[in-house]
Amino acid sequence: MRYYDKLIFELSKPGRKGWSLKDSFCGGAAAPAAPVPSGLCRQTPLGLPEVSEVDVVRHYTNLSQMNFGVDTGFYPLGSCTMKYNPKINEEISTLFDDIHPLQPESTVGGVKEVYEKMDSCLAAITGMKHFTFLPCAGAHGELTGLMLMKEYHISRGDTARTKVIVPDSAHGTNPASAAVCGFEIIVVKSGANGLVDVESLKPLLGPDIAGIMMTNPNTLGLFEREIREIAALVHGCGGLLYYDGANMNPLLGMVRPGDMGFDIMHLNLHKTFSTPHGGGGPGSGPVGVAEALVPLLGKPHVSGFHGNAAVILKAYAYILTLGREHISMAGKLATLNANYIKESLKDVYKLPIPTVCKHEFVFDGLLNDGAREGVAGATTLDVAKRLLDFGFHAPTIYFPLLFHQALMIEPTETESKEILDEFIEVMRKIAAEAAEDPDILHQAPHDTPIGRPDETAAARNPILQYR
Amino acid sequence: MSKIVEGLLYSESHEWVKVDGDVAIIGVSDFAQEEMGDITYVDMPEEGDEVAAGEEFGALESVKASSELYSPVSGKVVAVNSAVEDSPELINEDPYTNWIIKVKMSDSSELNSLLTAAAYGQKL
Amino acid sequence: MAGLSYFPHTGEDIRLMLERIGVKSLDDLYSDVPADFIFKGEYDLPEAMSEQQVRDYFHSLASRNVPLKVFAGQGAYDHYTPSVIPYITSRSEFLTAYTPYQCEISQGTLRYIFEYQSMICRLTGMDVSNASMYDGPTAAAEAVRMCLASTRKRSKVLVSDGLLPHVLETVRSYARYSGENVEIVPDVAAAVDADTAGVIVPGIDRFGIVRDLAPAVEAAHAAGALVVEYCDPSTLAVIKSPAEWGADIAVGDGQSLGIPLAYGGPYVGFMACKSEFMRKLPGRIVGQTADAKGRRCFVLTLQAREQHIRREKATSNICSNQSLMALWVTVYLSLMGPDGLRKVNALCSEGAHYLYDSLLATGRFAPAVEGPFIKEFVLKPLVDPAKLQQALLDAGFFGALLTPEGYVSFCVTEKRTREEVDAMVKVIREAAL
Repeated sequence: MRYYDKLIFELSKPGRKGWSLKDSFCGGAAAPAAPVPSGLCRQTPLGLPEVSEVDVVRHYTNLSQMNFGVDTGFYPLGSCTMKYNPKINEEISTLFDDIHPLQPESTVGGVKEVYEKMDSCLAAITGMKHFTFLPCAGAHGELTGLMLMKEYHISRGDTARTKVIVPDSAHGTNPASAAVCGFEIIVVKSGANGLVDVESLKPLLGPDIAGIMMTNPNTLGLFEREIREIAALVHGCGGLLYYDGANMNPLLGMVRPGDMGFDIMHLNLHKTFSTPHGGGGPGSGPVGVAEALVPLLGKPHVSGFHGNAAVILKAYAYILTLGREHISMAGKLATLNANYIKESLKDVYKLPIPTVCKHEFVFDGLLNDGAREGVAGATTLDVAKRLLDFGFHAPTIYFPLLFHQALMIEPTETESKEILDEFIEVMRKIAAEAAEDPDILHQAPHDTPIGRPDETAAARNPILQYR
Repeated sequence: MSKIVEGLLYSESHEWVKVDGDVAIIGVSDFAQEEMGDITYVDMPEEGDEVAAGEEFGALESVKASSELYSPVSGKVVAVNSAVEDSPELINEDPYTNWIIKVKMSDSSELNSLLTAAAYGQKL
Repeated sequence: MAGLSYFPHTGEDIRLMLERIGVKSLDDLYSDVPADFIFKGEYDLPEAMSEQQVRDYFHSLASRNVPLKVFAGQGAYDHYTPSVIPYITSRSEFLTAYTPYQCEISQGTLRYIFEYQSMICRLTGMDVSNASMYDGPTAAAEAVRMCLASTRKRSKVLVSDGLLPHVLETVRSYARYSGENVEIVPDVAAAVDADTAGVIVPGIDRFGIVRDLAPAVEAAHAAGALVVEYCDPSTLAVIKSPAEWGADIAVGDGQSLGIPLAYGGPYVGFMACKSEFMRKLPGRIVGQTADAKGRRCFVLTLQAREQHIRREKATSNICSNQSLMALWVTVYLSLMGPDGLRKVNALCSEGAHYLYDSLLATGRFAPAVEGPFIKEFVLKPLVDPAKLQQALLDAGFFGALLTPEGYVSFCVTEKRTREEVDAMVKVIREAAL
């Protein structure tokens, strides 16, 4: 990657243009005199750049070359399921570009079929009854699911359920979504085995509990084995179970959340179903519900029209490519890859919970961080930054919050043994470097377009737009 | 070893109180600023707001963390330190000079449940 | 072995890997899952398709959508998309990246978001923009939350009923479940009071009319409430910006900046505000800084507002947004520049007024709501609106959307032609309605 320092504004030169439009709508004479009274018209200059088409293409091509994507290399970012994004999905995703979202059903037969078929495919995969496709991301799905949870209790005249239980290992979006939905959040602790502690859960249950949000496998990549008892307890107190589908990948084609007792769930189509993450969206977070909640499914209207339709198309193409023949291999191979890395590195990185994992697992930093008199040890941040020098994306770091030096690795099923072996070798080399001279890690990355930025300065004196 | 100033009272959540008549001057301890690292923002109440002992009145922010501030006493906020609002690094530089808020106490007996410098030192 | 081109494992690979792990089979990796949770049946899914089969199938689906010339808006506008945009946004380095957590290898994403924020600030006149929201309606819903968080001790947000229906519906849904007190009113200036935290008003209303926001802004500010303007960013090239009206927060949908209709998504919501409300903004924000060698670079900043740090105390739960669509908009605005964007509006306005006059001339409509408009307008139909819309559909046009008042709404963008307008008007003139 090469450092490129321009901003599009700096390429601007008055009089240059990058657009090509017809001269007038009706042809001939000029447009009618200003139809908007001057009192309603803009007075301040627009301040947009004036650049040629070539300037634009070169600029953004140069910017792209400072970026790392799944197509660049291995991207083991925990809880993000950075699997390969198939190109056929991209190809077909533009086929519905010209359809207006308010067109009558009679004119959108193809679109309707996609939504209907996706609904039945996702129902088959998850054991839910039906899905809504309005949510545009995972957190948006969580919010929608919680709205449905609330609607369910309201529909039964049960308005005293104001609290939602969230495990301490949960994704940060879980408590945030519950708060946006007006719930009070109760945290349930994990036990030493990394699983929700059933004994800690019991005293929290009561007539004020709307439900619990869980991800299974959880953020440590561990299957919540006691889910049957948890489901019985929560249902017993009148609450519902919400399944955060961010970690669905290892269960794809193996285990259905509906069978575990979950009533509501979301899926991240941009994780489990291979649609690209786009540098932070667009995603899609369809929400599925069990039979009892189906009549309520249309109640929350959480986005403008029909959700991110083009993303749904891509995910459908992926499901058709997997088909019933291959569906279970995705989850199995993702689990195989994660366990392979874990077992290959646990002698140099601290593995707090040494059981079989699912699609991801968490190390708690280095076993030997090289700390000695006058020399600070290498941290998880340092390991992450050093990985960038070797052409790998870093794992998720400092999450979950259960460990101080969390390093959360999720390889996904689309990585070959050779890639994993390379990664393992590099991780071992980094561990050896740390033991010998942690400063190599402190100074990393060395071979990226920029070094570590001053994030404190960025937050203390925010510069948030070009002036 | 973080610094503890004699003559101040401390809360278990690492705020300090300097008593000035019926006004409590409140800041955070050296331990708290060390734990946070480079402080990038101090979220503060407004003058005139009511605060209650043990309840949140603001937060310290760093690049990767946020830590709530809990009022050691109840009462009305009579002053906020705009210097630390503008330059949060002042708290890193000297957490004991750079107070955060002043509260006119409604119940000074609440001070009795706070820790002395020695007791706070034991806790750390 | 694995049978799919996305699975690189050979049988030998799997055997060696299982050996390293110390288990005998792939199924053994699920030994921690209680056996009766393992799905035993056959998944009710279609048979796997080859790539060519997938391609053919989607083309057959596409042929079941009726191609129509779009003369409708109501929140989704059929503007022209320059060919450069999909070319840039489909570059793998942008498309297949995650949220830019590792800034050293994400400067591409971070820079375009910074440019996006800058352009949104310039269009709206606001000081700070976030990195994007899901769409305009959710941005409006988040603005409700932001008003309440920014003005403590006030409990109510007034929302103008002039906003587009899909915006109102989304705002209403969010409020229903969050417990926020939202009132939808015809005249916010008349309804604002000391308990009002904020008001949300449209720059252009659902009838397409450019509104004079001065009375609403004056009344709201006099009462100590914030003003949120919901705007169509394309039109901000020509009409007063939120800052010029005195708004505190600007929201809207970036779809009108060259994003295809695509049956409603992905689009991109934007949200910008005056600097004093910066810390209440939801979502990602990119800021400028430098590395140790003094090189200008960009990072996600002010993250202590966000869910991954603040959890239930975050300003919002938003995490992923619509980053790639923010890039779409950024490339669009770079290409169009000030003159191109003004030209888009001029062409829309010329076409829309031409259609408006032509429709009135058919004798089948009467004027409905008076006021200046740019690309969208409503008329009172003097014929059965359902039959009217069907006649248009039969002839390959989508227009005459019915409003709750019984008006019909039309929209003309620069993509339409005079010939298309004439052809549609001819259908209306000649149809048996």
